[in-house]
Amino acid sequence: MGVRKKSHRRRSAIGRFFVYLILIMIGISMIFPLYWMIRGAFMETSLDVMDVEQFFPNKFDFGNFKEAFESAPFDQYLKNTLYLLVFNVTATVVSCSFVAFGFARINFRHRNKFFAIMLACMMIPGTVMQIPQFVGWVSVGAFDTFAPLTIPSLFGSATYIFMLRQFFMTLPKEYDEAALLDGASYFRIYWNIILPLSKPALLTIGVFTFMGVWNDFFGPLIYLADEANWTLAIGLSNFQGQYASEWHLMMAASCVLVLPLVVIYFFAQRHFIEGIALTGVKG
Amino acid sequence: MSKTTEKSEELSRIAYRRRHAKMTKGEKTKFRWGMFFIAPQLIGLAIFVFIPMIFSFVMSFMEWDIVSEPKFIGWDNYKFMMEEDEYVPLSLRITVMYTLIQVPCGVMYTLFIAMLLNTKIRSRSLFRTIFYLPSIVPAVASAALWIIIFNPNNGVLNSFLEVFGVEPQLWLYDEKEVLIAFLIMSLWGSGGGIIVNLAALQGVPTHLQESMELDGANAWHRFWRLTVPMVSPVIFYNVIMGIIGNLQGFSQSYLMTGGGPNNSSLFYMLHLYRNAFQWGRMGYACAMAWVLFLVIAVFTAIAFFIGNKKVYYEGG
Repeated sequence: MGVRKKSHRRRSAIGRFFVYLILIMIGISMIFPLYWMIRGAFMETSLDVMDVEQFFPNKFDFGNFKEAFESAPFDQYLKNTLYLLVFNVTATVVSCSFVAFGFARINFRHRNKFFAIMLACMMIPGTVMQIPQFVGWVSVGAFDTFAPLTIPSLFGSATYIFMLRQFFMTLPKEYDEAALLDGASYFRIYWNIILPLSKPALLTIGVFTFMGVWNDFFGPLIYLADEANWTLAIGLSNFQGQYASEWHLMMAASCVLVLPLVVIYFFAQRHFIEGIALTGVKG
Repeated sequence: MSKTTEKSEELSRIAYRRRHAKMTKGEKTKFRWGMFFIAPQLIGLAIFVFIPMIFSFVMSFMEWDIVSEPKFIGWDNYKFMMEEDEYVPLSLRITVMYTLIQVPCGVMYTLFIAMLLNTKIRSRSLFRTIFYLPSIVPAVASAALWIIIFNPNNGVLNSFLEVFGVEPQLWLYDEKEVLIAFLIMSLWGSGGGIIVNLAALQGVPTHLQESMELDGANAWHRFWRLTVPMVSPVIFYNVIMGIIGNLQGFSQSYLMTGGGPNNSSLFYMLHLYRNAFQWGRMGYACAMAWVLFLVIAVFTAIAFFIGNKKVYYEGG
């Protein structure tokens, strides 16, 4: 028995060694491209970026960032992106929680039918709607404005409504009942009871919306024409075309695009992980 | 016999009446409040989903460049797609092929990493962060980064492979390798799938794992008989999302290759985008979108058909 136990333990030790080995090896290949981006941002010239022999950055100043910002109006792009972020994050959190409250906390007739319709619409690929939506926005004179990229968030997005509904359902029903007896309206229950209790879930939605807006490429690509309206993502893609061989500047600009997301990730890590797990597992 | 049928008829009549009866006052208030809360989403669905879908269907039978009057041309858009526009079948083949490769690879890779992370290891959250971080990199930034990495002359990937005696590859400049390059990029950015799988694996009760081990089941058995069934709903979810996402793939080919070399990475959405937004063929692009919709529906339906047999739902 003792011998068996020992061999078992040795086997699991070897197993664990291989687990670590594989994780570390693949882990390095995950992190390495990110390192390569940062390294590129601190190289002196484009040629240095491509010189693999120079494994470490050859200077530590922010000259490339400055140069990139001077060669394209990144501050304007940033301003536009911030506007879209503030609007969409606020509107999405409010509208999605509002609709989710109706689906989760009021037991009204036909509710499940409406809910099923909403879920069914989630399955329709966006491609079919894109062109009519584009034509629609053009016909109301909203081309090259922020309207097509902001107004839809006022109506709530099905995925986040679904997530928030799942969360709201877990809150005790007694709160609502007591409040109703005291003569509170459903709106007050939503605003004064459910919302304050749901801060973590709302934060998750906010973080996801932030990511979505920050990364959105296709929307700004088709709706924003004038450079003064561009977002960071579009600006960077254009920069890529214009300074195709200026790799050190490209990498500096890319770092600027990635950095805020990394910062947010580290501050709201729990919300990321829980949110992703929730959409996936309960989806 | 007749009595029971009478009774069931009576019951169904009651149920029918209950369903269609006038709402009581309390129910009415609830209904109004409920509708008040879900109204934004219903209006949104009407404006941004239902009306566009009808419009798109009608437009797919028109020739229209936004500027001039739309002209009804019947099935011509669809006919042109099948018979004359050689890029439609080509791009469809490329997109479907890429999807059929990427989805299984993505599912296996994310499950594999998640299983490693689910063993008794130290600093799991550090590893989780490492594997997740690449997936938050915006498409534009990762495109720029990987163009440098894949550079055929002196990119870091070729230099790395050279250490093992591998000849320098052309990657994005090779008709066969360009999709492999996209696949590598997509695996790099698939951290979200790892998190989802890990969450599912953590839901597999350890006592089942242990009791199977005591019964003498080896790791291979435990994997196929316990782990896979228990996480199958999540695998299924990843497959469905992978199919829908990949068949609509756009940004990699738009940003990195422009569909090249020699149209070997011309994704369907890129061809659609060009038709709609560069060449102003709105009606034709709508018809293309509906064909893609059908393709997605067929693939999802097949996945659901297989999934219904294989996916194990606890308590259901």
